[in-house]
Amino acid sequence: MQHYTMNLTLKVWRQKNASTAGHFETYPVAEISSEMSFLEMIDVLNEKLIKEGKEPIAFDHDCREGICGMCSMYINGRPHGPWQQNTTCQLHMRAYKDGDTIVVEPWRANSFPVVKDLMVDRSAFDRIIQAGGYISVNTGNAVDANAIPVEKEKADSAFAAAACIGCGACVAACKNSSAMLFVSAKVSHLALLPQGHPEKKKRALSMVAQMDKEGFGACTNTGACEAVCPKGISIENIARLNREYMMAGLSESE
Amino acid sequence: MIDSKIPAGPLEHKWTDYKGHCKLVNPANKRKLEVIVVGTGLAGASAAASLGELGYQVKAFCFQDSPRRAHSIAAQGGINAAKNYQNDGDSVFRLFYDTIKGGDYRAREANVHRLAEVSVNIIDQCVAQGVPFAREYGGLLNNRSFGGTQVKRTFYAAGQTGQQLLIGAYQALERQVALGKVKMYTRHEMLDVVVIDGKARGIICRNLVTGQLERHFAHAVLLCTGGYGNVFYLSTNAMGSNVTAAWKAHKKGAYFGNPCFTQIHPTCIPVSGDHQSKLTLMSESLRNDGRIWVPALKGDKRAPNDIPEEERDYFLERRYPAFGNLVPRDVASRAAKERCDAGYGVGTTGQAVYLDFKFNLINKYGKAEANKLGIANPDTNTLIKLGNEVVKEEYGNLFDMYEKITGENPYEVPMRIYPAVHYTMGGLWVDYELMTSVKGLYALGEANFSDHGANRLGASALMQGLADGYFVVPYTIGNYLADEIATKPISTSHPAFEEAEQKAAARINQLLSIQGKQTVESFHKRLGRIMWDKCGMARDEKGLKEAISAIRQLKAEFWSDVRIPGGSDQMNPELDKAGRVADFIELGELMCQDALDRKESCGGHFREESQTEEGEAKRDDVDYAYVAAWEYQGDSQWQLHKEALQFEVAKPSQRSYK
Ligand SMILES: Cc1cc2nc3c(=O)[nH]c(=O)nc-3n(C[C@H](O)[C@H](O)[C@H](O)COP(=O)(O)OP(=O)(O)OC[C@H]3O[C@@H](n4cnc5c(N)ncnc54)[C@H](O)[C@@H]3O)c2cc1C
Ligand code: SF4
Ligand code: FES
Repeated sequence: MQHYTMNLTLKVWRQKNASTAGHFETYPVAEISSEMSFLEMIDVLNEKLIKEGKEPIAFDHDCREGICGMCSMYINGRPHGPWQQNTTCQLHMRAYKDGDTIVVEPWRANSFPVVKDLMVDRSAFDRIIQAGGYISVNTGNAVDANAIPVEKEKADSAFAAAACIGCGACVAACKNSSAMLFVSAKVSHLALLPQGHPEKKKRALSMVAQMDKEGFGACTNTGACEAVCPKGISIENIARLNREYMMAGLSESE
Repeated sequence: MIDSKIPAGPLEHKWTDYKGHCKLVNPANKRKLEVIVVGTGLAGASAAASLGELGYQVKAFCFQDSPRRAHSIAAQGGINAAKNYQNDGDSVFRLFYDTIKGGDYRAREANVHRLAEVSVNIIDQCVAQGVPFAREYGGLLNNRSFGGTQVKRTFYAAGQTGQQLLIGAYQALERQVALGKVKMYTRHEMLDVVVIDGKARGIICRNLVTGQLERHFAHAVLLCTGGYGNVFYLSTNAMGSNVTAAWKAHKKGAYFGNPCFTQIHPTCIPVSGDHQSKLTLMSESLRNDGRIWVPALKGDKRAPNDIPEEERDYFLERRYPAFGNLVPRDVASRAAKERCDAGYGVGTTGQAVYLDFKFNLINKYGKAEANKLGIANPDTNTLIKLGNEVVKEEYGNLFDMYEKITGENPYEVPMRIYPAVHYTMGGLWVDYELMTSVKGLYALGEANFSDHGANRLGASALMQGLADGYFVVPYTIGNYLADEIATKPISTSHPAFEEAEQKAAARINQLLSIQGKQTVESFHKRLGRIMWDKCGMARDEKGLKEAISAIRQLKAEFWSDVRIPGGSDQMNPELDKAGRVADFIELGELMCQDALDRKESCGGHFREESQTEEGEAKRDDVDYAYVAAWEYQGDSQWQLHKEALQFEVAKPSQRSYK
């Protein structure tokens, strides 16, 4: 692997807080190594800004290994940047070349208000989980873990859905700001497991109701969410959610 | 004297007896008792959810934007439990014994036995919550093996076990939030514990969005704030992981236990340059199937696949034939360092060794798959192809992660790995009930020092975090709160709250007023360098003394020349970071102090002066079979209290993995 350095122009969204208007600022960054991660490149810029007496760019990040779901940059018009099945923190600078201009924005969605610069408020996702994204089992209530066998195929599909990191890229990519991929991933994860069956109707109905209440838009099946999801959550989950929701609705009205 | 409150009686009955006799709080009284849980990782989320279920009024805090993002989410390889589903000879006793031995006889027997006992309940609980552990075709749970053991007792969900366990605990927590039993405060950082009449009664925290300081009362406070590996700047911990909460508790009277016991994990992606902001772990589970080697020839620059079998040195298999690639972490890390220091390291920096999957890919998985498919005499390419598919299922996300970072494909070329700081066995000293030396103040999970002695075995941190939160503290806290039912909520205008908040505010103002020239990050990097060089994989008296004076100097420089932009009444991540780094600097000094005091080698703590002729760590049970519990006595001053360790069941012997 050949390493190189590059000079870039960054256009970054700056916004003091939720109640003030934001704007783009342009920053040149020099001597960036192709081995850096995208966030390390932002670190370099921030160090420079601090030394110049300016405020660094605020952005969310924690694990920097693609699993906590905290990082959330909209890079050149795509959540998490150009790589497939990738998070912002795992994007590396070898994706760019000398002289490139990179535009960095926060997630844009009414249900994700900007907190500062590139940080947004995703607490709506927590509230959707509160509405039913769990199995009601108190500590100590459990039977032996091998008492209920689970078909491997189902367990694997449940795991694939449970791999969602709650980053919100799906919402940011969607022209309707729909949260269906996120919600369907949770509904699928739990509906696929026998342990999740008793509550599955109520779960689908209340999570969807909460999603609507939070102001996320309707799903029109564009598939933009799946294309940017860092964990490869499939839109088949949305189909499953629709089925679960319909069946729950039917039996509810009986 | 330190009272660890270990119950009397035979080891295997202690916990049962304790549970049978501890005080209980009736449901009506639970509703009147308030508990603060700081941290929502495995330890905090499981504790907050369980206490909410029991009926206590809980307030939970985390600094991320959601409780689901705690650092536990990043754990990869698995969680141990003495289920013996594999019928390979596992038992509660064996898990207990492996943990004590793996910890190099520096952990408390009673705590570790309890941990092994409740381990089985954890798996049951998690499965009931919907944690999608890996399963066999028959629908039953699968296991893999981890270092330091000869049984397969590790439950896992691909390379994302921590994520799945945390989501289980997070969902349980959010359920309690919905039921109104837990109130969740995200983007809040605890800055102090409030102690009234010798008892923890609340916390001061900063709302990280508005910058406001807040006061919160509770009858008891639980710190579940994780480990302090980031004192080394570079570690596998998340960027925000910090010691602040534990350190503030320490300054309010909580002893700090074995601060120098840190774990350096053998298999991490090596540093690529100065820009490096963190290091990425490649799970220990990879050592099940990967073989570690360096060229047998010094300075061999050939590409790894061009080096023939007989010119490779599988140094772990050579040195430790009984455990081979699955020796405990401390042993594996030092062996890799030894080879690299001797000039056999690989990669551009020479600070790396190979982790190679080809052998097992072909011989273990490839052949088994070919057998299943009835392919007779498969060629190597077929075997590799078949093996790749299995490996993808087991570790796909780790291989992807490696490729994203390095740009190299580990299915084809061996991974390059090097040891990195990963975990801290040390932490707040706690007694059997997980209470610190401040009454009503508890520490759970990685934040306490309790169960792993001088070295933690893989897949045991997740087990401990969940044991503490789901199954230990719900009992032990009742034993304390039963005597607090008459305590009315204390107003947060009490002078102790007033004073604690003023102190926190004064410190913030002081930090902001320095307006020096150097960034917080640059201080953190320098601290990390000192710690890694002098208090890292190998330590000696001279180096540690140098480190202490270098850290003192760094501290003075920090407090006179740090530059923090912005103000206090706003979101200000640099200010938050500055507070954390200031605490890390103080902790660094104590770690070196502790390492200096412990003249023996044990587990992850390797004193150059104390080694066998073969270069293995040499323990000294006569002089050092104790927990070092440090009491804060003012700036750079500590008093050492020793908790003697008694081994009644697992008799100490020199650890051997040969
Ligand atoms: C990359 C990686 C892989 C690992 N893999 C494994 C594995 O396979 N198996 C295993 O057993 N162990 C593993 N470990 C270790 C294990 O993940 C951790 O020890 C464990 O998850 C710690 O859990 P915790 O609940 O104690 O703390 P954490 O999960 O670190 O949570 C800390 C919590 O405290 C909060 N917090 C911290 N400070 C403050 C403050 N001042 N104010 C407010 N809130 C605060 C944070 O917001 C967070 O919610 C791994 C560790 C790493 C780094
Ligand atoms: S579904 Fe994918 S994009 Fe949406 S929150 Fe989950 S991981 Fe992120
Ligand atoms: S920082 Fe955790 S996913 Fe990117």
